[in-house]
Amino acid sequence: MKKVKIKDIAKVVRSKNAGPFELTFDIIFKDKETYEKVKRSGVITKELIAELYHIPVEQVLYFVEFDPANAIKATIVRPVDSGSIGETDTYGAQQHAPLLDIEIPW
Amino acid sequence: MRELRVLSPVGMLGYGFPEESFQEGIKRSPDVIAVDAGSTDAGPHKLGAGVGIVSRWATKRDLTFMLKAGYQNRIPVLVGSAGGSGAEKHLLWTLDIVKEIAKENGLHFKIAVIHAEIKDRDYLRRKLREGKIKPLGPVPQLTSKEIDEAIRIVAVMGVHPHIKALELGADVVIAGRSNDPAMFAALGIKEGYDPGLALHMGKILECGAMASTPGTTSDCMMGYLRDDHFLVEPLNPMRRCTTTTVAAHTLYEKSSPLHIIGPEGVVDVTNCKFEQETERAVRVSGSKLIEPDTYWVKLEGASKVAYRTISIAGVRDPIMIKQIDECENAVREAVSEYFKSIPEENYRLIFHIYGKNGVMGKLEPQKEITSHELGIILEVVAKDQELANTICAFARSTLMHYSYKGRIATAGNLAFPYAPSDIPTGPVYKFTVHHLVQVDDPCELFPIEFVEI
Repeated sequence: MKKVKIKDIAKVVRSKNAGPFELTFDIIFKDKETYEKVKRSGVITKELIAELYHIPVEQVLYFVEFDPANAIKATIVRPVDSGSIGETDTYGAQQHAPLLDIEIPW
Repeated sequence: MRELRVLSPVGMLGYGFPEESFQEGIKRSPDVIAVDAGSTDAGPHKLGAGVGIVSRWATKRDLTFMLKAGYQNRIPVLVGSAGGSGAEKHLLWTLDIVKEIAKENGLHFKIAVIHAEIKDRDYLRRKLREGKIKPLGPVPQLTSKEIDEAIRIVAVMGVHPHIKALELGADVVIAGRSNDPAMFAALGIKEGYDPGLALHMGKILECGAMASTPGTTSDCMMGYLRDDHFLVEPLNPMRRCTTTTVAAHTLYEKSSPLHIIGPEGVVDVTNCKFEQETERAVRVSGSKLIEPDTYWVKLEGASKVAYRTISIAGVRDPIMIKQIDECENAVREAVSEYFKSIPEENYRLIFHIYGKNGVMGKLEPQKEITSHELGIILEVVAKDQELANTICAFARSTLMHYSYKGRIATAGNLAFPYAPSDIPTGPVYKFTVHHLVQVDDPCELFPIEFVEI
């Protein structure tokens, strides 16, 4: 079966702090059709997010499909609280890359 | 059909906005101009050190347009989270700028200064004893230690203190730490509009024109609040709001897309409708505020935890790049040995290796280095600046001259872009308070003071 990568079908793939203790990911699709197809594939799950970021699934605090925005959103516990000792990305704006290569059967 | 118009000139006071967009907004007769001036995004340093996110010059530039327009059109100007973190120092800094603008332009205002810093730590200790403080998100329960040690603690106000300031006749509100949508929603809620719609509109407007395409925080957006819906529209003709940009912004910087959580309660957007009103404006309806039985206010506090010194360098030698992990380990061992008389908890050595995992650290899934050069930041945090400087200097010289396996470049391992190579960056702060406190009155932590100029 043919597969496509998220970076080729999503309009927005981003990460950002949701407050200093959480990191949130948004994947927003170009249109309803693409979004529904990705949703139906069942590939993007809480478990997948945990796997991509090497964290226990309990640290994926939210996983929500938000129909009005054609968006999938996941929120994880930050590796360290924002700006604390050991920080690598204070705004959390560059943590999205592992999402780009998620493959969806197409 | 009644309507209340809210002009948001910019997503962060001091980020700048095009004058033409602002004038277009003024032409549309706004009822209020509101702006967010703060964020925790830049980390705990701003709150801890009592400094701003943007420059004084930029803050003055943006505020000058807003205050002149407010004065000429007799509409209120609301600034929330003044100075970046909204503590006392930040408020005074902003107030000073407002006074200077007024003086230079012959403007006269009744200014409401709404305080948000909690100086009375006994209040918090009492609340803690009464079980009226709880963690917000994945943070430990608060103890009196954090309350004692925090350099600054601010409470985050909702719409009520802003409404109170407007009721008392403020022309300009300079408010301490505020929930982002509060400044944009206050007048609407005061005038009896649906609070769920007012807060949802505030959530869209607080980022300037971010919820449009091409999106940016550095441009103006207009919100039209009506009884059963609201409209948002960017004021620069090059941008437009689409149902997707507005719906997408609803989930920006939030844990859950379905709920906008604030001190007033939870705005449930599960059943929201986003409709294209015109080519550039979007209509939103269906946002509902679910009011809680008890009122909880967020607390933010920062403590000083260490001092930092960094050294920035590059590596181009392919033989060394292949062994970068061994080099790191060798430096770590040399540091522990050389400083063995110093307790290990007094310092920490951190390697940021760009080209390997500098951006994502332990979250980085790619293990192999494919770059022909690496950027290294050697970071030392220690209990005082002198110790941080000392350890950083030793770690830097050790890495510079470390003889890794197969080394043929014997003159030195690092390319330093700067002299001096080591840069003390001062105190390091940490968000040690990120909790909710239960209050009896939404205004009890936010005293209002009036200044007439």
